[in-house]
Amino acid sequence: MDFDFLTYLFFGGLTRGSIYALIALGYTMVYGIVELINFAHGEIYMIGAFTGLIISSVLTMLGLPILAIVVLSALTAIIYSCAYGYTMEKIAYKPLRDSNAPRLSALISAIGMSLFLQNYVLLAQTSDFLPFPNFIPDFEFWEPYAHILTSPELVILITTVIVMICLTILIKFTKIGKAMRATSQDKVMAVLMGVNINRVISITFIVGSATAAIGGILIACHIGQINFYMGFTAGIKAFVAAVLGGIGSIPGAVLGSFVLGLTESFFAGYFSSDYEDVFAFLFLVLILIFRPSGILGRAETKKV
Amino acid sequence: MKSILKVKNLTMNFGGLRALHNLNISINKKEIAALIGPNGAGKTTFFNCITGIYKPSNGDILISPKGNNEKINGLKPNIITKKGLARTFQNIRLFTSMTALENIMVGCHCVTKAGVIGAILNNKSTKAEERLIIEKSYFILKELGLEIYVNELVTSLPYGAQKRLEIARALATEPFLLLLDEPAAGLNPQETNELDELILKIREQNDISILLIEHDMKLVMSLSDNIHVVDYGKKIGEGTPKEIRNNPAVIKAYLGEEVV
Repeated sequence: MDFDFLTYLFFGGLTRGSIYALIALGYTMVYGIVELINFAHGEIYMIGAFTGLIISSVLTMLGLPILAIVVLSALTAIIYSCAYGYTMEKIAYKPLRDSNAPRLSALISAIGMSLFLQNYVLLAQTSDFLPFPNFIPDFEFWEPYAHILTSPELVILITTVIVMICLTILIKFTKIGKAMRATSQDKVMAVLMGVNINRVISITFIVGSATAAIGGILIACHIGQINFYMGFTAGIKAFVAAVLGGIGSIPGAVLGSFVLGLTESFFAGYFSSDYEDVFAFLFLVLILIFRPSGILGRAETKKV
Repeated sequence: MKSILKVKNLTMNFGGLRALHNLNISINKKEIAALIGPNGAGKTTFFNCITGIYKPSNGDILISPKGNNEKINGLKPNIITKKGLARTFQNIRLFTSMTALENIMVGCHCVTKAGVIGAILNNKSTKAEERLIIEKSYFILKELGLEIYVNELVTSLPYGAQKRLEIARALATEPFLLLLDEPAAGLNPQETNELDELILKIREQNDISILLIEHDMKLVMSLSDNIHVVDYGKKIGEGTPKEIRNNPAVIKAYLGEEVV
């Protein structure tokens, strides 16, 4: 087994993990605040990729320079996805929350939203795989290392790290971040401290959607094709990663994503790519047997 | 004396259970009032009604911090907090993953303006405001003798300090009326004595009224200007500590009917 192959698999796993992490963040943040598994979150990621494709095609036709296309289409995709995330919360979850519906109802509402968005894109766009232009050029300075880690993968890794840093700053040091932490711990107490819960929830959905959209565009550039169904599989994997790391915990989601990405990558490399999911999920079951609330999840001992 | 909180005919039903029944309570400016009664009398329900956690079935809750009567029943709890009612709970409900300072900062935020846009841009006014909040939070910590715990996670604080931190966090919202739900519960006699002085000090320094639910009669009698007694959701007595001590209805509620 040569070392280059090992590092190649390692970085491949990290890249996969990064994408999972960008989606898993949305799952875990929403769960942390409203204790809801937002199954439609994968669809937001898919909508981000589609919007990116549509806007970039239009801008390419207009003949804009490539940098402008990348920046503008990425920004539009993020804003568009955020709008979807915000609206989704207001339509599908807020009415249920206001009427004190049981949590299972909200979960069903989320599944409904997911199916609705998938089929809406299927009807409004197409069921075919659409080619996605690769906006990330092969950097010349990166040439010597490109056999281990391609330029797009490098961009994915760096973007993910930047997003993580921004998110950490947002949660740790800003006013809204404190309000989010307060809300996730004790909603009643947070309200009594003057925190507007509905706004905090909206912002959580918006932030989660933004990171999902970034993930959507990056993976579309990397793989080179998109499809209305892409959000479902990626969403499930990211959800698994979030549970693996301990749902509700942000560092947990990131760690879980990397663990899942690396497991998949190594199994695909050393055994067979046909079985990567089998092994990845086997690994998940093993981890959950020994740490039922995830790697970083706190095992809650209920006071009786 | 000007009243700052007027509760008129407050009734709260939970299905068939009437937890509060035509309750009338009025709190004056700079007054320390106590709400006492046997277990299950509806004291905490009363707090939950006036802070907006429950919507009262009937009756009016009026506040007049500046002399203008304003109806607050039906408003959301965060709006009521902004209007100047702050409370603590019987059990400690601090934000456990935060430090003492951060807990107070959450309370302070309700009186500041900066929004999400400010947080993203991180412009000058946001930064200045954030600095001001930190200073103010530290000042409140100091006032309650908690400054040594400033950057410690609240879970590592001793019980008495956690109780005081809850009061500090409530004060951070700049209330005109502070509602304390059993502030002395679980404190040892020495800590209870300190609490007595602390509550008086808070009233003087912040120029606010305080309404407390408490079972420690020694504390209630020494602190209160006025005591309201409820039993089975109804008010059975009101008056100064001396009057309450000699009120036959109150004695009956607490000790039962005289047998002889």
